[in-house]
Parts: sequence; C-alpha cells; structure tokens
Amino acid sequence: MFDFYFEIPLVIRLILQGLAVIMVIFPIAGACSMAERKVAAWIQDRPGPNRAVVPWVAWIPFFGKFLQRLGVFHVMADGGKMLFKEDSLPGHVNKFYFVLAPIVAMIPALTTVVAVPFGAYFDGAGKLIPLGLAPFDIGMLAVFAVSSLGVYSAILAGWASNSKYPFLGSVRASAQLISYELSMTLAVLPVFLWVNAPGTEGTMGFARVVEFQSQSGFLGGMWFGFLMPISAFIFLVALFAETNRQPFDTVESESDLVGSFHTEYGAFKWGLFFVAEYSHMIVGSGVFMLLFGGGWNPLPWVSLATAVDFLGTFLPFAHAPLFVGILSIAIFMGKVLAMIFFFMWVRWTLPRFRYDQVMKIGWQKLLPLSIANLLFYAIAIALIQK
Amino acid sequence: MIAPAQPDLVTVNIDGQEIAVPKGTNVIEAARLVNVDVPHYCYHPKLSVVGNCRMCLIEMGMPAVDPATKAPIMDPATGKQKINWIPRPQIGCGTNVSPGLHVKTTSPMVKDAREGVMEFLLINHPLDCPICDQAGECKLQEQATGYGRGYSRFVEQKNVKPKRTQLGPRVTLDDERCILCSRCIRFSKEIAKDDVLGFVDRGSYSTLTCYPGKKLENNYSLNTVDICPVGALTSTDFRFKMRVWFLKQTNAIDTESSVGANTVVWSREGTIYRITPRRNDEVNDTWLADSARVLYKAVKAADRLAATETTEALVARAAARFQSAPGANAGVGSGRSTVEEQFLTRHLATALKASAQLVSRVGQGDKLLVSADRNPNVRGALVTGLIKTLPAPQLTDLAAQIDAGKIKVVVAINEDLTAAGLTAAQLANVSIVYLGAHANATSAAAKVVFPTLTVFEKSGTFVNQQFRIQKTLKAVPAAAGATDDLVVLAQLVAAAGGAALPADIAALWKVIATEVPALATMTFANLPETGLVLDATPFAALPFVEGETLHYKPAQPAVAAATA
Amino acid sequence: MAVITVERKPLTFLERTYLPQIAGGLKTTFKHLIAPKKTLEYPEQRPAIPVGYRGVPTLVKDPNGREKCVSCQLCEFVCPPKAIRITAGEIPADQADRAHVEKGPQAFDIDMLRCIYCGLCQEVCPEEAIFLQNQFSMSGYTRAEMVNHKDRLYELGGTLPDAHHKWDKKKAAEEHGNAH
Repeated sequence: MFDFYFEIPLVIRLILQGLAVIMVIFPIAGACSMAERKVAAWIQDRPGPNRAVVPWVAWIPFFGKFLQRLGVFHVMADGGKMLFKEDSLPGHVNKFYFVLAPIVAMIPALTTVVAVPFGAYFDGAGKLIPLGLAPFDIGMLAVFAVSSLGVYSAILAGWASNSKYPFLGSVRASAQLISYELSMTLAVLPVFLWVNAPGTEGTMGFARVVEFQSQSGFLGGMWFGFLMPISAFIFLVALFAETNRQPFDTVESESDLVGSFHTEYGAFKWGLFFVAEYSHMIVGSGVFMLLFGGGWNPLPWVSLATAVDFLGTFLPFAHAPLFVGILSIAIFMGKVLAMIFFFMWVRWTLPRFRYDQVMKIGWQKLLPLSIANLLFYAIAIALIQK
Repeated sequence: MIAPAQPDLVTVNIDGQEIAVPKGTNVIEAARLVNVDVPHYCYHPKLSVVGNCRMCLIEMGMPAVDPATKAPIMDPATGKQKINWIPRPQIGCGTNVSPGLHVKTTSPMVKDAREGVMEFLLINHPLDCPICDQAGECKLQEQATGYGRGYSRFVEQKNVKPKRTQLGPRVTLDDERCILCSRCIRFSKEIAKDDVLGFVDRGSYSTLTCYPGKKLENNYSLNTVDICPVGALTSTDFRFKMRVWFLKQTNAIDTESSVGANTVVWSREGTIYRITPRRNDEVNDTWLADSARVLYKAVKAADRLAATETTEALVARAAARFQSAPGANAGVGSGRSTVEEQFLTRHLATALKASAQLVSRVGQGDKLLVSADRNPNVRGALVTGLIKTLPAPQLTDLAAQIDAGKIKVVVAINEDLTAAGLTAAQLANVSIVYLGAHANATSAAAKVVFPTLTVFEKSGTFVNQQFRIQKTLKAVPAAAGATDDLVVLAQLVAAAGGAALPADIAALWKVIATEVPALATMTFANLPETGLVLDATPFAALPFVEGETLHYKPAQPAVAAATA
Repeated sequence: MAVITVERKPLTFLERTYLPQIAGGLKTTFKHLIAPKKTLEYPEQRPAIPVGYRGVPTLVKDPNGREKCVSCQLCEFVCPPKAIRITAGEIPADQADRAHVEKGPQAFDIDMLRCIYCGLCQEVCPEEAIFLQNQFSMSGYTRAEMVNHKDRLYELGGTLPDAHHKWDKKKAAEEHGNAH
C-alpha cells in the first residue's frame, strides 16, 4: 500500500521524515506552554486561561465552548504575538552572538530527536523495527553529546547580552549543566552494562534497551525503572537539573536574576529559547521513558508484541505494520506527555533550591550515589551474566 | 479703654496671678495680659462698652476690711487677707480694675453662667455653619466649643427671619444669625460717623436694620463684617466664594494712599479672595477702608501685560535705546513703587545721567484711613534720595524738554505719562521704556515694555505719611509673563553701565543699608510687623499734602492747606 | 520574659533525603489539581458587595429630588489626597423649593485618579450628601475622563432615604412657626 514511499530517494524521504517530526515537536512545545499555564492554574484552584477563541470555532455548539475553556486558542494568540511583536535589538549587545544564541539553542534541541526512536513495527518476519529518524547504534551517546551543546546557547546569550544578570545566569547555567551531566551519565551506565551482555553485539542504541524491557519472564518483562530504581531516580533528578526545571530553576530564577540569560531577549528570539526548553523536556522525557519506562511497551510485563497479539484476537488489522506503528507511537507519546505533566506538577509543588544547595546536591549527594550505584550494578551484572 | 490718661498702675489678681495694669483697664484686657481668655461678643477694644451679650461674666471680689477700723480681715485657713466674693457674676468688659481686685474666670459659677449664655444665644441661631461664610472664624462656633454645654435642650421651632438682606452695596445681612451684639451699630456711629444701623422690634423679634431710606454704603462698611462675631454680616464680594480655612494669610500694606493701613491678604493657590485689616494701633487700629479691599482685583485684571520675549532680550533692546541717545535720557519713577524699587530707580537715573521725577496724585482725604496723597510711598522716594522735592501732578518740565528735543528716551516706571500731562505727539517723539503691570496709553506707545508685578506678587517696603517704614509680603506667585520689578531694574542699571546690584530683596537691603543713612541699621528680615518710624526732620520743611487722618496730624497744617 | 528553649529533634535519614516531603507536597498539589475551582470569573460573575463597602464616592439627592450638597467644602478640606474640588455658588432666592438652602455647588469634581476611597468625605459631610457606594471599578482612556463631574456624581449617586428633612423643617417653621 505504501510501497511508493520506499521508492522515493532516501535523502528526500529522510527530509520528509525530519520535517514531519519537527512539525510535531513544535506544536507540542507550544501546547506544553499552554499546559503549563493550565496545570499551574488548576493546582492553584483557578480555571486558567479560558477567554481567547476564534469566532468560527465559537459557533460550534458545545465543542467550541469546550476548546475555549481549555484555552487552546491562547497558544495561537501567544505564538502570533511572539511572531508579530517588535523584535528589538538592544544597543549594548554583541549583535552577532546575540542573534546566534537562540538559533544555537534550537539546534541541539531538534538534533537530539534524531537519535530517539518513538515507536516500532514488526516486519514480515516478525522482527521489531524501531521507528526513528536515524536509528543508529550510538543513540545514547549522541543524545548526551548533542544535548550538552545546549549550554552554549545559554553562555552565548548571557555573554552577548553584555549585562549583569544575563551573564550571572549563563555562568550558573553552565556550572549546573556540567555538575549534573556527570551523575546523569553514570546513572545510565548500568542500563547499558545490562543490555550489552557478554557475547552480544555492543550497542548504545535505545531500540535494544526497549527490546530488553519487552522480554518474557518476570525479570525480562520488568522495566528498568523497577530493576534499577536508584539509576532511574538519579537520572530523573539530573534531568530536572539539565532542563532547568523547578526545583533546579536557579538559572532563570526571576527573584534574583530577573530573566537570566534571556533577560534582554524579546519577541521571536525569546520564543525560540522557550521552544528549545520544552523540546529539551520532550526529548529528555522520551529518553527517560525509553531507558526506564519501557519505551513503547504499554505496561510492565506486557510488551508491544503481546498487546498486538491480544488485539489481534478481535481486530483483523491489528498486525498491520501501520497500525502497530501508530499504536506504538501513541503509547510512547502518552508516556512522554505523562512525564511532562510530572515536570509541571513538580514545578508547582516544590520551591526553588538555593544555588549552593543545587551544587551540594549535585556534587556531594548525587555523584557519590551514582558512583556507588554503578559499582553495585557492575558487580551484580557481572555475577548474573557470568 | 486701652490707653488711660494717667498711667497709674493697679495690681489685680486674676485666677491667682498678680499683675499690675494701667488704671482704667477693664477685666477682659487685664486678663489678656496674663493669657487668660475671657470670652466675649459685644466687647471690642476700639469701641464703646455696652455689655449686652453677657458672655464675659466673671466672678469677682475685693479684699475684706473691717468696716469700722478699715483693718484687713485675715483668713485663718490661708493666712492671707480674706476676699469678699460678690455672690453674682459680673461682666468683665464693663468692670474696670481697682486696687486689690480679685477675679475668677474658671469657677463653677462662671462656667455655669457661660453655659447658660451660650444656650440662650444658640436657641435661635440657625444651623447654617455648612453654608455660613463665618464658619472657621466664628466666635459663636469657637465659644460654643470652648464654653458651651455640648448639646441642645431646645425642641421648639427656631425663629425665622430674613436671610439675605442687602444692607448696602457691599454688605449682606442674615438676621437669623445675628446675636444682637450691636458692634456694627457702634462702629457706624463711633468710627465711621455714619449712624445708619439700629435694632427694631423687641425680644426674639429684634432685627438689625438700616435707617429707612438709608443704606450702609460708607467707605468703611466692610469693617462691620470684620467685627461681626457671627455670620450675620457678610461681605457680598466674598460671599460663598471660599471657606476661610483654605486661605493663606499674608501680611501686606494698603497702597491706596499714604496712610499705609496694615492688611492681611487671604489667598488660595495663587488666587486672592479677600483683604482684611491687620491691627496696628499706631496706623489703622483694626480698620480698613472698603476701597482698599478691592485692590487685589488688579492681579487678575484683563489688562495685565505679559511678555513675549525674555527679560534679557528686552533689557538688550532697552540698552540699545539708552545708548542711541546718550545724555538725552529721562526717568519717571513712581510713588507707588516700593522703597527697594525707588532705590534701584535712583541708581538707574544716576547711571543714565538722567533726571528723575515722580508724579503726584492727590485726592480728597477722608480724615480716617484714606489720606489726600494717593501715592503710598512718596516719602520712600525722599528717604532713598530719588527725589529732593515733592512731586508735581503734571510733568510740564519733561514736556518742555521733549518739545525742545533735549530728551530722546524716557524710562517710565508704573506711571501713565498721558495722565501726567504728556500728549500723544510728545510720546511719539521719544523712545519710551515702560515698566508696569497693566496696559495703558504709555505702554501702548512704548518701544520696550517690561511687564512687572502688582504689589501682591512681590515683597517690599513702603514709607507712610508718619515716615513709618512698613513691609508688605508676597501673597501670590507672579503672573505668567511678568518679571519682578527688582530684577528688571537691576538688569537695566547694569545695562546702563551702573553698578551690579542684587535683585534679591535680602541682598539688596545690605546695599541699601550702606547707601541710605536713614535705613543703615535695618534689614528686611528684622523690620517689625508694625513698622519702624524714621527720622522725619530732614524733610520737615516740605509741604506735604495730607490732612488729618486717624493717627496722623500734619506738622504744618497751614502749608498743607495752601498747597491743596 | 521566660526563655523557652525549643528542642529541635534531629532529622531522620528519610527526612534528610527530602523525598517524603516532596511526596507529601505532590499529594497536596494533586488534591488541588482536581478540586473545584475557587475563582470568581469577574465580568460575568460579580462579587456580593458587603454592607458599608467603600466604592466610588457619589453625590446623592434627597427623596424630593433636591440637591443635598450645600458646598460647605468640608470634604474638600478633609480629603487626604486632595481629590475633591468644589466651586461654590449662590442659589437664587426665587427657586421656591430650595430658597432656604442659599448655597450649592456650581461645580463638584472628584479626581478618581487621586481618590483613595478612604471615606472621610462621607464621614465629614454635615448634609449627608456624599456617599461611597457600591461601584468599585472605574476606568478611562484619559486623565480628564477619570474626573467625575457633578452630573456624573449625581448619576452615580441617585437618591438615598433621608431621615432629617432639614430644609423641609425650615420651610415649615417659616410657614407656621414664629415668623413675623
């Protein structure tokens, strides 16, 4: 049915795929900003933004009103405002780097998506083929390598702004990112130690990790989140810190740094930072779910294959690759969105750590913990996989 | 009552304080000297005593003596002489002091008496305070608060009387508010000598009215408003204009004549609302002519001049005129300028090597507070040396010199030259530099016009007919486009090549003190509120035009009469 | 003053990890997430104005529709931010129903940009003519719009019950009292 697609030259196909992913990521980032406001409002017993509406939508009986109350049109209003308001360039900034910074922020945010598979289907032979832009073997390494480039945008923005608070904010950002990257990397290692059992082909790809969480048996079907809770915990905390979310919001802390590195930014340039932050969150949540949350498997001990088989008993087309692909993407996106909700939930619950506390947690608590965790699992895995 | 013929001192005891007061002083004035307030309505220090309001009731007594031996009777409890207190209260205004008199102003009996009097006065007094112009300076309000009962027992309907009777062109009467103190009647009879007011009917029907066919229209009618202790008599001009508590009071001088009556100017936010007299027992007592109370209207007059150029540009143009005709300049100063301005005018005349003269302005004196000389400060010009002889009403010399072509530039300060006898043709033949607040024929013909200030917008001093130097203070800020006369004159002096003189009044007085011997010991700041009398002997030979007024007797009445 | 030494128990290990507190916090916020909203959606839903509320100051008329204010200017005097400006004027004697009042405001301006809603004007008014009523929102595009003139003040104020009928009593006294 879709064979014509595979006859398109590979380059064009990849460009189409890439555009498709970008077309999904951007609206989700926008929707996240709306969700953030809605979640904040609900937690504070408010209805949240619920006024903006496009007239012809308002004419739809019930549903239009529902969309209006949900505030979805505020996303458009916000985006439109950001696009059309005057994009001022302050006189005291280093113009080139000032303009470059938000672009640099977007590049790693979108590039990392390349390495993240977001679904899978079964080919004719029943082999699981992951869906992703570039399902190469160094997935985790690529994500780490590229996402840590994000700090350069903060440094560039802070330095180019030529102003006190942005500069302090960017210094904080770089220090914080470096501090937590260590723990994060160490926390992930046990997963790959486990996955790369002796005798198998070594990989840092996510597909293998998900595959490992969809085996049969008690241990095989268990997600790594249950198998390695400490790793998951460290990764989660480090993820909060890496994405500059509460309670590790020291980079942007409004009370002492005004707006941090984007204090001098406005309009669309500021909007790019905003989208980049949410893209980071989406990718980070995706990675977390792939590593510790079973990827596109619907439930622990219930792999995608099992689920498809079960659905096959009453849905004739359940085994069709298209259906499986869509199902897996839906499951994965559901998990990622749940994770993003968790980010927001935490944000409106916890107060911001002081900067010295952030450093203390990173270096004195999380790092020793992750090293001990690594040693423990290294020994344990060595004993089990002997 | 105030100044006894023989200043024999009498010792009296008021609320336990011993004080020696001149014989003939009444108890209210004696109490005032020891800072004891005896409330009163009908009593006025400058009017005769009638004792009809009964508010000043006090308790008094004399030291007891044995009728037979005249020996003092001692009180064994205190060891002092016993006091025989009179069992009923007496009025303070009608009781003159006698040796050993003892007075109680705070005893229960006095308090009771005052409460009773207040209650009777308030029975028929309307609750008009919200709309009454007297509110805020009303004796009835003050004393009801200070000495009243605080509540009313009167449930009957109050008297109704006419509320807006026009007693004269400037005075409105509200009969309901009148407490029948008769101060206005006594003033008209004793001071204004225009006995037109009186009470008719009896009891609660008593009403203040004018004599049939007459009106309260003498030039002192508004003094009845000042002395009315309540809001019965109000000024038609000031009626409902502004509440008195908003008004800022500035001490000033009446400039309508050489009497120099002391005044208070009442203003709010740069607008003057009324002028009232300020007590000065050597000049105007507590009175002021009605004609002096409308002078403030000059401040916001329609014909005020306003500059369209900066003062510096105007000074430069004036300087060009001066230099175009060296030796052909003349100055016309004014007897309405302050001493400071006349001092600077003298310097300007010296710098221009010009003659300076004043224009005299003579009217009919009323023997009270308006003198024949309608220039308030001719003597100031004499003291500062601006002129040596008395001015003439017409500038005939100047006119002749202009016709002869000897004068090309005339500096006119606050004087309309056409009113002083110059023709329009003569004005057209010279360049006129005019300083003044209002437009007139001279300002219209002038080549350079400096808009300056009215007397209410500036501080300064005036020397009155008694050679009393008195100061007037700035009540309202300068009108837009007008510059202080002192600033203009100081700049003109400098532009004419004279000495650099300060335009600031305090600094200028230091220069005046060094150059004018009569003012050597003074500064503007330490000039007392009631003024200082200067030595008049250097000018004793001059034939001043004034006749007798309230506190002035001409030294050479024969000469004055001959001049008039 | 007695010194009370408060003993602080050392934190347990679990407490020092901060995790139970985070969990507790998340629980609390989640409860609020699903709890009913407490907000009043303003333009459609209006708050109930309590008795004695101090809203925009207004001028009121007496039950006969007469102006109560006599422009005594006490409110202008007492007004802390000097928001009130009154120009007084005389009421002509030929106005039959108000001949006794004599004085009334020609202009009465309240600058709502200055007003601080303190209510001193209402408290000081001897004629009970100025009231701070229920209106609480005032907006405008210019400074001039934010000055309430006399007409607007009466429009906002309306008529309030009057227990005194001062001018009626005065009229009655003139008609059958001790007049002559």
